[in-house]
Amino acid sequence: MLEGFGAALLDPDAKVPDGVIRPDGHPAWRRFTVYRNNVVSSLIDALETGFPTVAKLVGTEFFAAMAGVFVRAHPPSNPLMFKYGAAFPDWIAGFRPASSLPYLPDVARLDLARREAFHAADAAPAAPTLLAEIAPEALDTARLRLLPSLRVVTSSFPILTIWRINHEGADLPLTQTAQSVLILRPEMTVTMWPLPTGADTFLMALSDGAPLAEAAEAAAMVHRDFDLSTTMQTLIPARAFAGVIDA
Amino acid sequence: MFDTLTNTIPNRPGVGFKAQHAAEVMARPAALGWVEIHAENYMGDGGPALAQLRALREVYPVSCHGVGLSIGGERPLDTDHLARLRKLVDWLEPALFSEHLAWSTHDSGFLNDLLPLPYTQAAVDRIVSHITQVQDVLGKQMLLENPSTYVAFAQSEMDEITFLREIATRSGCGLLLDVNNVFVSATNQDYDPVAYIDAFPLDHVGEIHLGGHEEDADEVGAPLLIDTHSRPVVPDVWQLYAHTIARGGPRPTLIEWDNDVPDWPVLEAELTRADQVLTHA
Repeated sequence: MLEGFGAALLDPDAKVPDGVIRPDGHPAWRRFTVYRNNVVSSLIDALETGFPTVAKLVGTEFFAAMAGVFVRAHPPSNPLMFKYGAAFPDWIAGFRPASSLPYLPDVARLDLARREAFHAADAAPAAPTLLAEIAPEALDTARLRLLPSLRVVTSSFPILTIWRINHEGADLPLTQTAQSVLILRPEMTVTMWPLPTGADTFLMALSDGAPLAEAAEAAAMVHRDFDLSTTMQTLIPARAFAGVIDA
Repeated sequence: MFDTLTNTIPNRPGVGFKAQHAAEVMARPAALGWVEIHAENYMGDGGPALAQLRALREVYPVSCHGVGLSIGGERPLDTDHLARLRKLVDWLEPALFSEHLAWSTHDSGFLNDLLPLPYTQAAVDRIVSHITQVQDVLGKQMLLENPSTYVAFAQSEMDEITFLREIATRSGCGLLLDVNNVFVSATNQDYDPVAYIDAFPLDHVGEIHLGGHEEDADEVGAPLLIDTHSRPVVPDVWQLYAHTIARGGPRPTLIEWDNDVPDWPVLEAELTRADQVLTHA
């Protein structure tokens, strides 16, 4: 009985389920619609909260229409609304009415990464002297532990600039530059940093457990102008490391 | 981990906690005796939300209100979700845990609303077994909240009070009486809210909810109240609340305001009003 009720909530063309009545005993069409609207609008609201930059870029009306299509096809798989919408960025990439904004999926990925960083496990960042405390001969084989909140979003578009313009009112020039963004929460505030070339590959190798020298090699293989010292000059002030993993 | 002295909810006003009121709530206003949180908002691994909850728990008795267990559903409870709830309850040690007489989990996923069900003997059996499972996993009694409903079911075999009373008696759970829900459902289903309160097993009630609703009408012009938690408690509901307290005695009373959340002074005025009813009981 309830399965039919639930299916009719997500299908705007479905009839009122059998037995769902008004006080006068007639089918409760308008009343049933209240539930239908609540379900869809509460899920759209959850996405709007979770993807504030996307919502700002496309406007409330377009966002609600776009999210409405998504929520009917992909309702959440569990009751944790703060996790809802992990599939939304990829879905936006295939949503034709939004194709005139090619950077939108990556902006959505940035919104999602910020949300994940916000709710990630707490961990104290290592001191900035972390590398100096490792014996020079052990440096190449040292494995660094990243903060649990650390995320990276790499885009062919200037997504960090787009974010800052939309949320901080920053007066920044919008040039067609690719940006790779580090997102993390060293304490209680989510911070973002632009990453130098190849740092994303380097961080991915580190998170897979590769030792320092190996991760640097992996990054240099993919990006010829990867530079370890430039990368460290971003990661250390950003407090990206939680410590050294004992061998 | 927490001071056990703060681990009971007093017969005073409480508020559904909203992050935007953190500073005012942490300043411990006189009208506020406890806070309630929605369990599902605190199931992350860390971050500011959990830090805030820890701080709240150090100064207030906390009631934990679930919105995702789908206790009224036809399918088995989601054991992963129950495990998350247990993890939260284990560290938070809330004074109360409550959930809804409603369902939300469907074949297609989680529908994020408190959906209605027919009141049948089969539903009583199923819900008693769900509540028993919850109470076993959490190691504590839970409270079950009466719903606000917009529709009725031709399949129902008994009225809501008979249904709730049998569930409470058989499962040993307590009841959370949402007085606004009584008013909303009674208006929508065309019965007398005062008669509902008079028939309600108030001995089982461990907590009261008060919230605001909006007015609409159905396709034949019959009144249709929508439980939005977006407005002040209306005078009729204050009156019904005073009647409830006069009949059953004071109970912990929550002001719920979840949408279009106002500045703190507006909520504080609602708390003060509830406090007056409680202290004159």
